[in-house]
Amino acid sequence: MIRLGALAVGLLFVVNVLWGAIAPREAASPDMTKELHKHPKHMEWAHNGPGNLGVFGTFDRAQLQRGFQVYKEVCSACHSINRVAFRDLADLGYTEAQIKTIAAEYEVAAIDANGEPTTRKATGADKFPLVYANEAAARAAQNGANPPDLSLMTKARPDGTNYVYSLLTGYSDDVPKGWTKPDSLYYNPYFHSINIAMPPPLAADGQVTYSDGSPATTDQYAKDVTAFLTWTAEPKLENRKETGMAVILFLIIMTGLGYLSYRKVWADVKKA
Amino acid sequence: MSFPWAKHYQPTSEVGKWMDERLPLARFVHGALGPGYPTPKNLNAFYNFGVLAGVALVIQIITGVVLAMHFAADTRVAFDSVEHIMRDVNGGWMIRYMHAVGASFFFGVVYIHIFRGLYYGSYKPPREVLWMLGLVIFLLMMATAFMGYVLVWGQMSFWGAQVITGLFSAFPVVGTYIQTLLLGGFSPDNATLNRFFSLHYLLPFVTFGVIILHVWALHIPGSNNPTGVDVKSEADTVPFHPYYTAKDFVGLGIYLILFAAFVFFMPNSLGEPDNYIPANPLSTPAHIVPEWYFWPFYAILRAFTTDFLGVPAKLWGVLAMFASILLLFLLPWLDTSPVRSNNYRPLSRLLFWVFVVVAVVLGVCGGKPAEEPWVRLSQVLTAYYFAHFLIILPIVSKLEKTKPLPGSISEAVLAKYGKGGAAPLAQPAE
Amino acid sequence: MASEMRQATAEDLGPGGERRRDFLYVATAAFAGAGVVPVAWSLVNQMNPSADVLALASIDLDLAAVQPGQAIKASWRGKPIFARHLTPEEIADAKKVDVSTLRDPQKLEDRTKPGSEQWLITLGVCTHLGCVPLGAAEGEAKGDFGGYFCPCHGSHYDAAARIRKGPAPKNLEVPPYAFKSPTSVTIG
Repeated sequence: MIRLGALAVGLLFVVNVLWGAIAPREAASPDMTKELHKHPKHMEWAHNGPGNLGVFGTFDRAQLQRGFQVYKEVCSACHSINRVAFRDLADLGYTEAQIKTIAAEYEVAAIDANGEPTTRKATGADKFPLVYANEAAARAAQNGANPPDLSLMTKARPDGTNYVYSLLTGYSDDVPKGWTKPDSLYYNPYFHSINIAMPPPLAADGQVTYSDGSPATTDQYAKDVTAFLTWTAEPKLENRKETGMAVILFLIIMTGLGYLSYRKVWADVKKA
Repeated sequence: MSFPWAKHYQPTSEVGKWMDERLPLARFVHGALGPGYPTPKNLNAFYNFGVLAGVALVIQIITGVVLAMHFAADTRVAFDSVEHIMRDVNGGWMIRYMHAVGASFFFGVVYIHIFRGLYYGSYKPPREVLWMLGLVIFLLMMATAFMGYVLVWGQMSFWGAQVITGLFSAFPVVGTYIQTLLLGGFSPDNATLNRFFSLHYLLPFVTFGVIILHVWALHIPGSNNPTGVDVKSEADTVPFHPYYTAKDFVGLGIYLILFAAFVFFMPNSLGEPDNYIPANPLSTPAHIVPEWYFWPFYAILRAFTTDFLGVPAKLWGVLAMFASILLLFLLPWLDTSPVRSNNYRPLSRLLFWVFVVVAVVLGVCGGKPAEEPWVRLSQVLTAYYFAHFLIILPIVSKLEKTKPLPGSISEAVLAKYGKGGAAPLAQPAE
Repeated sequence: MASEMRQATAEDLGPGGERRRDFLYVATAAFAGAGVVPVAWSLVNQMNPSADVLALASIDLDLAAVQPGQAIKASWRGKPIFARHLTPEEIADAKKVDVSTLRDPQKLEDRTKPGSEQWLITLGVCTHLGCVPLGAAEGEAKGDFGGYFCPCHGSHYDAAARIRKGPAPKNLEVPPYAFKSPTSVTIG
């Protein structure tokens, strides 16, 4: 009985879905976005360690500090990093006094003695403030575009670290034939919809002056700020990998001991 | 299970005797997991996965309870609270990654456990209720995982909730009402988030209760084994402790090494980057996909693209998706072969592996955008999925020629490890 | 984990006579058990204050605007702080008090920093049952001794925030603090 019912239901679904399978499809309209879109360039990063494998590796603190400088001087005009607290910058090697100075450059919301909204200088305990009060304000100031917060950007995109670097260095003036690019947008094949509202932020060598002698080129800026943003997205990366090494080493030894115990326990049965 | 040769618990200390007369916990454990539970001696590595599933659940519960100390279930702060855990809570990043990766591993382990049951006929009499309890656990896991993913309140959380609750609106007459009831509104919002948090905390404990029933149902007949032949004498079994505690410990070690490799070195590889973007009801992600363990069912859902017999395609998709799991409850009555293990059923064995490939490729389809060639592929594979259980298996199980079974488990074990001389009846494939 | 399947025979004993099979099991169990410790610790340690809470464990207070006779309230670790600028009269009166008559004998010098005696910084938590006493803000009752008054059960504190009358057992608590400059103090 059950089998008969099952057969009936089975035939119903099978015929139905195969009917859909043989149904003709409307021809998919050619999507130039897919053809033009490029996957991120594959770069080597200090935090990926030897062989760029991602197993070992630590952040290059000097690079993170340069990246922070690029962020501050170029990106922070439009993009916030609201999930990062000033005190987190200690990870980059800044002292408490330096952090206090950096924080004091920013204003955060406060209430005055009359309860009216005002601002005060940020302290180490505060997060980097938003650039715009809300999305509407951002869009009004940016011609309809909403510059996203960058704290998590390298985790919010597939192959995020390589993506951010590729995007920053991927602008091109050679718009392919047949591709429509509105004047207010820019051509960047690494961006998901190819036309991006952000003008190329790293436009000229020498835009940011590095104090440690690193090359002041747009490529270097892109690498450094990408490394910095990888840190903002995953500040515990180094701790994570160190802990992982220790844990896996422990587990390998434990499993090894367990395996020897297993062999001993089963010796009489396996010999039978 | 009372195999007559099962060792009986003997309390060794005065305290032990005293407790045994009042609350015989030690006796219970002894008989359920200890030296007092005879287990077939030929269980292979695939029989590890039930215990691993239990361990995975415990890891989820422990990490989950800890996360719940820091998580805030309000749409305005939920995402921020998760980032607070990642950045500021001591070791929070580790606990969060363990919980997220742990969910994937839980499903991975359970899928292998289910496929083991399919291959060795562990759903056959007298283990039908055991099988169905397992399916109930699977359904509870899916509900729990779905709700847990929504809690993060990222883009995928929100839009995944939107899609899945939207499915219910496919049902005629009551559909929209059910959808609104589930959401507590017209779209996923605070009401949805809060109730999902409450239920996500509750369901694992319900699951735990069903697991107790599941293990109890197992212990009545005892474990199946790769030959599918029942236990006949003491020579067929070994006490669970220390034999399978030792073996499961090795399996646990391997599981934890793999788990640690993902948690500490590739924690986001099984997830979707879009969920690191806070939920935005006004902006739909380019490709809405659930977590990988839902992909086969998502493929089945999207495979129904044409209205049929007056029923809209969307409703067919929903019905098929539910049916694809519910039909498994009938498996003991669809597969009527008297031979349990596919080791002795050559045709079923081939069909089993075809089914495994179909299930995996369906999974791949589910993770792709709903475009060609994935849609057509999903449709053909979905047809096979239903045909496999509802048409092919009932027929094959009745008509196939099976290989002769070994006389007993110990006979099969001797044939494998044996002291030469005894001509093996059949080589049980480990 | 050591569970014998059969009686130990001579071949089971190692050179020292110890049971070879058992040693391996004990070592395995001990090694695994040792691994449980750091795991258990991380599960407990996550309950310790998180980094953002610890960041607010110390605050900076700017006292430049506080005139003699005035006090300000601030919040430190979730509790109220009273920072009071004592007038010369209040300082003189506080010093005149014979500490042996006090319930919680403390001199004014013990409750302020040398060179900054005019600054009295205390917790604003009554030591009786925890209410926030009055007296810090403009116009609030200062009690019979010109300091603070707790309306809950009638504790009176003097200008040095020492308990003089009422059920409170101790003077208002002085938190750890240090002056960064004559008018700027870090508490905690």
